[in-house]
Amino acid sequence: MDVAAQNTGVIVADAAALSRNTFWDGFARQLTRAAVILVLIMLGGVMVALLDGAAPALKTFGFSFLTTESWNPVTEKFGAVAPIYGTLITSAIAMIIGIPIGIGIAIFITELCPRWLKRPISTAIELLAGIPSIIYGIWGLFILAPLLQRYVQPALIDLFDGVPILSDLFTGPPYGIGVLTAGLILSIMVLPFITSITRDVFETVPPMLKESAYGLGCTTWEVVRRIVLPYTRTGVIGGIMLGLGRALGETMAVTFVIGNAHKIAHSLLAPGTTISASIANEFTEADGVLYTSSLIALGLILFVITFIVLAAARLLLLRLQQKAGN
Amino acid sequence: MNAIARQRYQRRKIRNYIAMALACVATSLGLLALAWILGTLLWKGFGNLSFDVFTQMTPPPGGAGGLLNAIYGSFIQTAIATLIGTPIGILAGTYMAEYGRGTKLTGIVRFINDILLSAPSIVVGLFVYEIMVAPMGHFSAWAGCVALAILMMPVVVRTTEDMLLLVPDSLREAASALGAPRHHVIRKVCYSAARAGLVTGVLLAVARISGETAPLLFTSLNNQFWSTNMNAPMSNLPVVIFQFALSPYADWQKLAWVGALIITLTVLILNIAARTLVAPRSQQN
Amino acid sequence: MKDRPNILVPSTTASHGNATAAEKVSIRDVCFYYGETMALKHITLPLYERNVTAFIGPSGCGKSTLLRILNRMYDLYPKQRASGEVLLDGQNILAPGQDLNLLRARIGMVFQKPTPFPMSIYENIAFGVRLYEKLSRTDMDERVEESLRRTALWEEVRNDLHRSGMSLSGGQQQRLCIARTIAVRPHVILLDEPTSALDPISTAKIEELIYQLKADYTIAIVTHNMQQAARVADHTAFMYLGELVEFGPTDQIFTKPREQRTEDYITGRFG
Repeated sequence: MDVAAQNTGVIVADAAALSRNTFWDGFARQLTRAAVILVLIMLGGVMVALLDGAAPALKTFGFSFLTTESWNPVTEKFGAVAPIYGTLITSAIAMIIGIPIGIGIAIFITELCPRWLKRPISTAIELLAGIPSIIYGIWGLFILAPLLQRYVQPALIDLFDGVPILSDLFTGPPYGIGVLTAGLILSIMVLPFITSITRDVFETVPPMLKESAYGLGCTTWEVVRRIVLPYTRTGVIGGIMLGLGRALGETMAVTFVIGNAHKIAHSLLAPGTTISASIANEFTEADGVLYTSSLIALGLILFVITFIVLAAARLLLLRLQQKAGN
Repeated sequence: MNAIARQRYQRRKIRNYIAMALACVATSLGLLALAWILGTLLWKGFGNLSFDVFTQMTPPPGGAGGLLNAIYGSFIQTAIATLIGTPIGILAGTYMAEYGRGTKLTGIVRFINDILLSAPSIVVGLFVYEIMVAPMGHFSAWAGCVALAILMMPVVVRTTEDMLLLVPDSLREAASALGAPRHHVIRKVCYSAARAGLVTGVLLAVARISGETAPLLFTSLNNQFWSTNMNAPMSNLPVVIFQFALSPYADWQKLAWVGALIITLTVLILNIAARTLVAPRSQQN
Repeated sequence: MKDRPNILVPSTTASHGNATAAEKVSIRDVCFYYGETMALKHITLPLYERNVTAFIGPSGCGKSTLLRILNRMYDLYPKQRASGEVLLDGQNILAPGQDLNLLRARIGMVFQKPTPFPMSIYENIAFGVRLYEKLSRTDMDERVEESLRRTALWEEVRNDLHRSGMSLSGGQQQRLCIARTIAVRPHVILLDEPTSALDPISTAKIEELIYQLKADYTIAIVTHNMQQAARVADHTAFMYLGELVEFGPTDQIFTKPREQRTEDYITGRFG
């Protein structure tokens, strides 16, 4: 009897513990799941909120919002062409400068650098990503822009004077601030993204493959150019797209140095604007539903563009991961 | 080897030297940019640093003053954002690495989270403006906190999942074999095994939001005076730097440099702290 | 001696090394260090011209390391260094100031796992050739065909030369790598366990290939498979713990080893 009672007691205690555990386990599962769903909803929420906010402008201007250059708060005529152009052209400059330098650094780190220097240099380049963008802005405005104005831009104007196309890109008074300066600062900001991903995928190249190429008598450059880059192409492009996503959406650094002019100038030295700079500059001062709504519509366009670029980057990197997993 | 082959080989060697020299130049340029930016910041920042910065409020145009209200505002908003963002981020990351590992939902959320990770922060500002500022009819510190929380969440989610996936399954199995329920295994075994990594994730996330400006421009706005009212606009360092740097007043510009120095040092210290936490583990690999 | 298994003298045993063949490569008193660790101790060994020399021994004995000294592959890694002399046609390749790219073009190497480059079959072969020679389109086509024929791959791939080299099977990939190596017309070919990742049929094809290639090339092969050494090699070097224990004609090593340690290893008592 004693034994039986004890046994029952044990079983009862177990049953209580079991149900308690089952409850908490179910609770924990649902709680964490709810958090995941929240993250999911957030992206949808951003889309819905932006669409809702942009609705008045999109209704009023329709498709012409994407084809109109004018941006006039007084007559309430708004078009997105100038900021879209500015966003694309500054990002293009950033990529033209940033890609070769970023890949060059990755080559240096993986192929040339003595072992003890690898970590410090990688860390230093990654610190560039840690510096807040407003710091780039203030540095660009007070240090880089005056320097460009005094020395670099006049030199560029002289250099390309008379050269077709290029003379048109580098013309007009050297303001210091402008499209070119914004692109330059962005190129520094995208460096760490391009470099760190490129370096990571470079290190996934099997040593034996590289040795095979060296075994044929290839130089280091030939190994990089003909073996490493083709082998890691997907990953490198993914890294570049990630950097591009960064450049397209960057706000503060650009706002400081772009000059905020709602017009398309063919000269890279002229002031311009980007989507994010327009929003940052004008949003709090925008009066009237249409003005605010047009700025939100700009935000929507930016979100869609960066979403596509970033999604493409992630898909490329994902495909690479799956390949490596097999 | 005949003459043509030798010539050909010479050309290849020269091309190699040029390419390698360019790689060195690229690296020097990258390092130069970093040194230049940090150097300028230290020079201008420490040059204008004074005791007043930490005791005085932000001044009116042309006047002297400090950054006390902005520092307080940044601190309090970052802290509250961390309190909101961290638990949600860790819970979501836990689901992805533990309960929902390998499910379709996890795959989708990971993809979306990675996009949110690098989405333009100004868009998040617009989002919070739409859902909080516009309905409430006024800017507020709460809106700023929510915007920052949304920005830090993806970082926490990502590192939490990564770090939990690094915990070997044998450890989970060993704990389960003792009869521990799943939530117990996660809390007591997985979290403690991945603790350094989880803290790193939070530190990186805090580093990310403490320098953010764009999302605060139209959420918490700015406030020239001391304010602890979370329902009203509140001052914060990044927006103060933005306004002061673009102003024509020399005093304001000096304060902007000091503010920039404070923010950068905070961010870099957080970054370095995060790195040293994970460094011992990654060096073993 | 009586109980030596007779499988060690298979019917396909390579013909005797020509004892009068010239020394193509002379390894003289070579030591090798990984940082502070000495991985090879005073190795002295000849590689005879148009002969196959096998390096055998238990894992970690230094046989691959020795092979990688011959084209100075170790130079790619910091903290690895060699001392002593390796003479290729009388010239010391370990001497400072050696042009490594030229050296490696003269000494081809094939690795444990097939390493096709991320390009087409045709390009995989043309790639190395173009480094040193400027051939016309037809000459290049000929060279590619010749290399593929010599590696018995031509009939299998002649219709899809522009497919990726990575789409081939493992055995085909390895033959492609050998074709790529001989297309550059090296003097010496180094094979680092070339069949360790392959199935028995592919292995047999590669061994057959090695047998034919030795008519033109000096070959060194590292293998952990003693029967393979017995089948393809004219000379065999047995290494143990970084030392060269014994070197001699393959027949002698496998039938009348002079050293006890060699005998223990080839009869399977350790390793």
